[in-house]
Amino acid sequence: MSGASGEIARFDNVGLRYGQDAEVLSDIGFSLHAGHFYFLTGASGAGKSSLLRMLYLAQRPSRGVISLFGTDAITLPRDRLPAFRRRIGVVYQDYRLVPHLSAFDNVALPLRLAGMPEREVAQPVLDMLEWVGLADRMHARPATLSGGEQQRVAIARAVIGRPELLVADEPTGNVDPEMAVKLLRLFEALNRLGTTVVVATHDLHLLKKLPDSLIMRLDKGRLSDPTGALRYPPRRHFPVESGQ
Amino acid sequence: MSEEKLPGRVAIPEGGARGGWRALGGGVLVPQARLSGPTPWVIAIMVALTVIAVATGLVLRNIANAAAQDVAGGVTVQIIEAQAPKRQAQARAAVRALGAVPGVVSARLVPQGEVDDLLTPWLGAGGADQDLVPVPALIDVRLDGPAGPARVAALRAAVARVAPAGRVDAQSGWLAPVFEAMDSLRWLAMAMVALLAAALAAAVLLSTRSALGAHRATIEIVHNLGGTDSQIARIFQRSIGIDAALGSAAGLAAGLAAVLGLGSRFGALGAGLIAGGALGPVDWLVLALVPVAAVVLAVLTARVAVLAALRKLL
Repeated sequence: MSGASGEIARFDNVGLRYGQDAEVLSDIGFSLHAGHFYFLTGASGAGKSSLLRMLYLAQRPSRGVISLFGTDAITLPRDRLPAFRRRIGVVYQDYRLVPHLSAFDNVALPLRLAGMPEREVAQPVLDMLEWVGLADRMHARPATLSGGEQQRVAIARAVIGRPELLVADEPTGNVDPEMAVKLLRLFEALNRLGTTVVVATHDLHLLKKLPDSLIMRLDKGRLSDPTGALRYPPRRHFPVESGQ
Repeated sequence: MSEEKLPGRVAIPEGGARGGWRALGGGVLVPQARLSGPTPWVIAIMVALTVIAVATGLVLRNIANAAAQDVAGGVTVQIIEAQAPKRQAQARAAVRALGAVPGVVSARLVPQGEVDDLLTPWLGAGGADQDLVPVPALIDVRLDGPAGPARVAALRAAVARVAPAGRVDAQSGWLAPVFEAMDSLRWLAMAMVALLAAALAAAVLLSTRSALGAHRATIEIVHNLGGTDSQIARIFQRSIGIDAALGSAAGLAAGLAAVLGLGSRFGALGAGLIAGGALGPVDWLVLALVPVAAVVLAVLTARVAVLAALRKLL
């Protein structure tokens, strides 16, 4: 971890309900600090994905305040949201690659959306595919890739813009244990380079692989460890998070 | 995988791509059915019907304008007198009197031969027996301007002094019901064009919504990767624009074929009001603009639909 202490994201008293139903997330408050590696744990249906959707600006909360990169994301004008989203990389359990695009074009998509000249796109995409070990599959469509390969393409797509925050929602849910560890190592490598990483998982075995990570636990829509100070395995002295 | 050797940071421009589809690399981000889908064909039908409706409106306008110019300064004087000698005497006197009225360009006693020709369809080739069926004498008067009520009144006064059996009518008055009927048809044609435009917009709206639904996952991905609303809208605008261009071209061809076919049929009639209805160069240009307008309407409708749908996302 980089050890940087700047606040990347902050949730204050955030609640989320869909329609007129009861809140699926209630009184969520936490902060994420630059350069840290966070696990978000909780049983299926605890609200991990909903929380992450708010974190990567795909869902507006029903109440509360969310600040990202020091800016109030709730009142942010709509036309400024894309620039903020480009600072966040997202990895999904179901990969969500564009099915009609090759691995190369999927990874290139964030650069093209950002307006990078076409002549400058190829090299970073090739480098990124090389990094995830898929340079030889650059022309393959997602349907012809294995689950692990698809997830590596998705990770390459998420990090090619070198986001300040990487959010992964059950990224290892659809891959075998060996591949899950490899993917986790990719996240760890990215984190070592300064990117703040948040990985939602209900797989406690993954937590053991990164004992220095911080853990936030969601239980029935409430964050049971809002400081993110809980470690696995627990330590005697919890680090103190500023502002909490 | 080489976890430790993450490639160097790339310089990503601020603000997002402005070039739309090309800036996205021209890949098949949202695949299209093109001519195997219904949209181009629906647009083709709409454009064909619109071309026919616009052509109908233009023809009716041309007919009305030509007829109005023809009869605007025309006045017909009838001498309705049963006795032929008195009828002829009053007619000659009326012609002289009319010639003295200011603004009268000509006052011509219509020869009996022409009157017989006019009556041939009703009375047969032999014409009317002047003793059995007395036909009024006709005087065709041309004015130097429109035959307004004041001028017609002045002509009536002049005729009344010398020909008590005279009756003065502005020719435009006779055709007023015809002009009114043509006006109604023109309004109907315009209403049809408006309805067809609305139907075209509705068809594009449905098509766009369908495409948005089918590609919702891709849109969300692009959205979450930092794609702007305009970028996503341009992808659909381009797609609908191509569909609309293909459909419009086919619709224009079908519409023009129908217009030309009908034109040749009506042209064969040869005379009467129809003769003034031929389409001019400007009219053809207007017809050529119909598919252009259809493409613009389709693209704008798609943009509005996509932006409205995207506003429902965060």
